[in-house]
Amino acid sequence: MKSTLVNMTAVLFVITLVASACVGVVNMITEEPIALAKEAATKAALTEVLPAFDTTEEQTLTIDELPITVYTATKEGSVTGYAVQTMTKQGFNGVVRLMVGFKPDGEVVNVNVLEQSETPGLGTKMADEGNPLLGSIQGQKLENKKLVDGKLAVTKDGGDVDALTAATISSRAYVDAVNRAWMAYKSVATGVEPTDTASGASNPAAVETNEPEAQEGGQNE
Amino acid sequence: MSPRLRKEVKMNKLKIALSGIIKNNPTFVLVLGMCPTLGTTTSAENGMGMGLATTAVLIMSNLVISLIKNLIPDKVRIPAFIVVIASFVTVIQMLMQAFVPALYASLGVFIPLIVVNCIILGRAEAFASKNSPLDSMLDGVGIGLGFTLSLTVIGSVREILGSGAIFGINLGFSDYTPLIFVLAPGAFLVLGYLMVLFNKLAKK
Repeated sequence: MKSTLVNMTAVLFVITLVASACVGVVNMITEEPIALAKEAATKAALTEVLPAFDTTEEQTLTIDELPITVYTATKEGSVTGYAVQTMTKQGFNGVVRLMVGFKPDGEVVNVNVLEQSETPGLGTKMADEGNPLLGSIQGQKLENKKLVDGKLAVTKDGGDVDALTAATISSRAYVDAVNRAWMAYKSVATGVEPTDTASGASNPAAVETNEPEAQEGGQNE
Repeated sequence: MSPRLRKEVKMNKLKIALSGIIKNNPTFVLVLGMCPTLGTTTSAENGMGMGLATTAVLIMSNLVISLIKNLIPDKVRIPAFIVVIASFVTVIQMLMQAFVPALYASLGVFIPLIVVNCIILGRAEAFASKNSPLDSMLDGVGIGLGFTLSLTVIGSVREILGSGAIFGINLGFSDYTPLIFVLAPGAFLVLGYLMVLFNKLAKK
């Protein structure tokens, strides 16, 4: 078809109008199922990392500028555990999200990897069952681990969490996220302020002040 | 229509669909869509997922573009195609997220990438804007299958060589595999060798 200013404008206008109408209609149809699916996914993740519970109450904290959600699970009125949806930006390819479950006394029940984009075959092993990272903390109280500056650390950085073979960055990211979950758990369960002991590795402002090692650790390799 | 003629038409339809798999294979012959090819083939499953999602968009966009081809002025055809393709991708993404969340969880990251896949725009421009809606859909099926097969093969080779597994099933030698095949350089190596092999076999 020959192009004139009028028909070009008219055709493009009609096409974009129809296209946006279609997208809008589909959005209206799918909005509710998407919300339900997300809710179901969160629920499933909670069930995997917590002892039996019937209701949860959520609250969101900000630790190191990252939003961390703590779900307090209760059964018949008494607290059975805390699930912390935590994250780190130090993964090999960006954000890693974990769900960490704690018993009321601080014992780690389980860790579920919600989202990661690590290297397949290397960092992705963090989501495998029985991987060394999970094995190093599952069923244990984190304060009884070998801590470096009050934080959990991989063996290479002086701690005693076994890293994944050939995936040090991913392992550090995992540990960083677990640390943040631990801070959030402590602040919700016991009321300890999370700010000063939190990991400073992802926060450039913290480098000069208190934790140069963490920053160094996150960058080499 | 005489029976003979009808048979010939049928043959032609089949030819359109099949040419995408070997003669016009998008990956190994047309060398289109290299970005998703190199990026998503870290495992057989990822490669196949990307291929199938692309196929779905390709069939739909080919159909619609073929239907509206006579209404679009030449000079604005590319923006018009892009709008159509992007709308389909968004619609498919939302539908998957709503009704098959498990599939979306594993493929979600690749879906938006389909918009920039030049195979789809390439077929819209080279085929759908010149042929009938039915032929265009068949072309979408053929090219889509060709793309899916190529990506699955590349993904399988990389997964076997790099992580000692196929479709996530451990083959028992994962401790001795060269990791480079899972990383970016491995993608180029595998693609190059498979391209040589494919063209050698296809020429016979």
